[in-house]
Amino acid sequence: MSGTFVGMPKFPTAAKEALGNAQLRHNLAHATGTIRAKRAAVVGEVDQWEELRLAGAGVKEAALRTLDVQLEKLEASLTANGATVHWARDAAEANRIVADIAKAHDADEVVKVKSMLTQEIGLNEALAEEGIAAWETDLAELIVQLGDDLPSHILVPAIHRNRAEIREIFLDGMAKAGRPAPDDLTDEPAVLAAAARAHLREKFLRAKVGVSGANFAVADSGTLVVVESEGNGRMCLTLPEVLVSVVGIEKVVSTWDELDPLLRLLPRSSTGERMNPYTSTWSGVTPGDGPQEVHVVLLDNGRTNALADEVGRQALRCIRCSACLNVCPVYERTGGHAYGSVYPGPIGAILNPLLKGVGHDEQVDSLPYASSLCGACFEVCPVRIDIPSVLVDQRAKVVDAHRGGVPKPEAVAFKGAAVALSRSRLLGAGERFTGVGIRLARRVGVKKWTDARDLPDAPQESFRRWWKRTDGGRK
Amino acid sequence: MRVALMVTCINDALYPGTGQAVVALLRRLGVEVDFPTAQTCCAQPMVNTGYLDEAVPVVKTFVDAFAGYDAIVTPSGSCAGSARHQHGIVARRSGDAGLERAVAETSPKVYELSEFLVDVLGVTDVGAYYPHTVTYHPTCHSLRMLGVGDRPRRLLSNVRGLTLVDLPGDDQCCGFGGTFAVKNSDTSVAMGTDKVRHVLETGAEVLVAGDNSCLTHIGGLMTREKAGVRTVHLAEILASTESLQLGATR
Repeated sequence: MSGTFVGMPKFPTAAKEALGNAQLRHNLAHATGTIRAKRAAVVGEVDQWEELRLAGAGVKEAALRTLDVQLEKLEASLTANGATVHWARDAAEANRIVADIAKAHDADEVVKVKSMLTQEIGLNEALAEEGIAAWETDLAELIVQLGDDLPSHILVPAIHRNRAEIREIFLDGMAKAGRPAPDDLTDEPAVLAAAARAHLREKFLRAKVGVSGANFAVADSGTLVVVESEGNGRMCLTLPEVLVSVVGIEKVVSTWDELDPLLRLLPRSSTGERMNPYTSTWSGVTPGDGPQEVHVVLLDNGRTNALADEVGRQALRCIRCSACLNVCPVYERTGGHAYGSVYPGPIGAILNPLLKGVGHDEQVDSLPYASSLCGACFEVCPVRIDIPSVLVDQRAKVVDAHRGGVPKPEAVAFKGAAVALSRSRLLGAGERFTGVGIRLARRVGVKKWTDARDLPDAPQESFRRWWKRTDGGRK
Repeated sequence: MRVALMVTCINDALYPGTGQAVVALLRRLGVEVDFPTAQTCCAQPMVNTGYLDEAVPVVKTFVDAFAGYDAIVTPSGSCAGSARHQHGIVARRSGDAGLERAVAETSPKVYELSEFLVDVLGVTDVGAYYPHTVTYHPTCHSLRMLGVGDRPRRLLSNVRGLTLVDLPGDDQCCGFGGTFAVKNSDTSVAMGTDKVRHVLETGAEVLVAGDNSCLTHIGGLMTREKAGVRTVHLAEILASTESLQLGATR
């Protein structure tokens, strides 16, 4: 029902379109500004926030360094708890596994907990091809699904929509998907939420199969963790007879105690709350309580590639809080769709190239450049991912991937600049640098500068010439 | 103490007045700077665009030019950040152990101007006079890569005649970002336009910052719009006195 990101243009093209959408700009500036202020207030309450960040980063880092061991431990614990563990190398394998489980129960529909990973692998579309409807039950995901839209934010997938637009989407979309919205629907938040509740309740009570992701997976106890704000996730996790959780292999932590810093960092960084409203944990099957058939699909889908990247592997620490999106001046103006992925913003600009690899898709290659490297993302990241450094490293990998072929004008310009800027003694005067700068600007597009901005007037003489002429201002 | 001026390529070519201001300011404070003429560029344009191999000879030139100095002072937070945080990456890439050692030697000696004044010379009142209303934009690399904190504001607050007004949303990037300004020019301009709006809200005559690269972007937007606010580098304000008026005509 909702669209896909396949075939999106590269970032500058998509961004240009988004920048022209005044409603989107207004919605985003308002929403990110609000979340930013909430986050700053609750983070400010924690005296030892830096220590907490270090602890959170340490837990994830330790698990990633021993990932093979942790995953086998997780499989053993889950199996001992009565869950069935499946391993999937890529999206196709994971989608196949979920579809087969649904079919084994003659299910023509599943209810879903909000999950980034199932968006990443296009699970809804894959299930639709098998004649299985996947119903999103997170309020924002429901808005996106009913509007035949795409998510644009990790935490608030419908951040690009305001409440008047949501009312329209509900009036139009709910009737096609199940229980219609009431005719007297207003755009009051409580009224909209009540319409969503009535619409979803019908689906929760009917569905035999639930599908979730997981925020964390505890290896030693075989416990999966989902944090959410609405309780709709808990409905999906507890009401259906069968529960299938698709979990990225980087979600594992070693012990239950290690959840401590992560569960404190996440809500303050994401929703700006001290504690998130619903924290659901389950360890396999509990007889007579909740789903009696529990499946866990452990998925790679590029994560081992990312793990092999010495600089980039820190991106796998990400706990999907979205703090980096909310502070990013680029995201705030372009919105999430411009990134062409379910992972937008600064983290998306590094995670997508790391998971997918660079050098074969110009959309992916454009993402590491979708940043002014201002560093606001690193400052707020609860697990201290140095996003600017990874962005710069990914840029080098993009350039390296294109070495050897016919060089782009930009590559020619930088080679020329490298020669000129390493021979100052031979070249002498500073005016040469103006020349280098102008040549460089022409190659990368001086018009792109002058379209909106003036260039400064060139001075009478360079600093270098002044220094020589006046003996450093002494003459 | 042997002190070198790292003027930066953009100041050398486009803003010689900023380099001259650093020389005059430090001389007034009793520090004679050298200008090693072998210097060119910090290599940040290459590094931040992904051309690491191309950055290697430029970093070599840098460490050769500045070898042997006790302090390397630069009127740029961004170039200081590049030298302190990125030269090591370039040196490791080169596989040249000698270059790695040389970088380890020079990098920690690079100071952005306000750091040098406050931390090394221990002054926050440099005896300047600048009778204008100014607003200060903390550039991202000075703020986040170097952590200069309130040093520039402390220096400005002691300038006689100067009225410092707060810039709303000051910690938001102006959108320059090096080659980002052309590779993603639409987004860059959108960010810059918001910055200009905030600058105009202050009613200041002058926008001051510690990086001429960011000021070229913001200033280029403002002159295009005939906005009536000029941009001046921090060094030029700090060098100004009753008898030496700098930064009046940009």
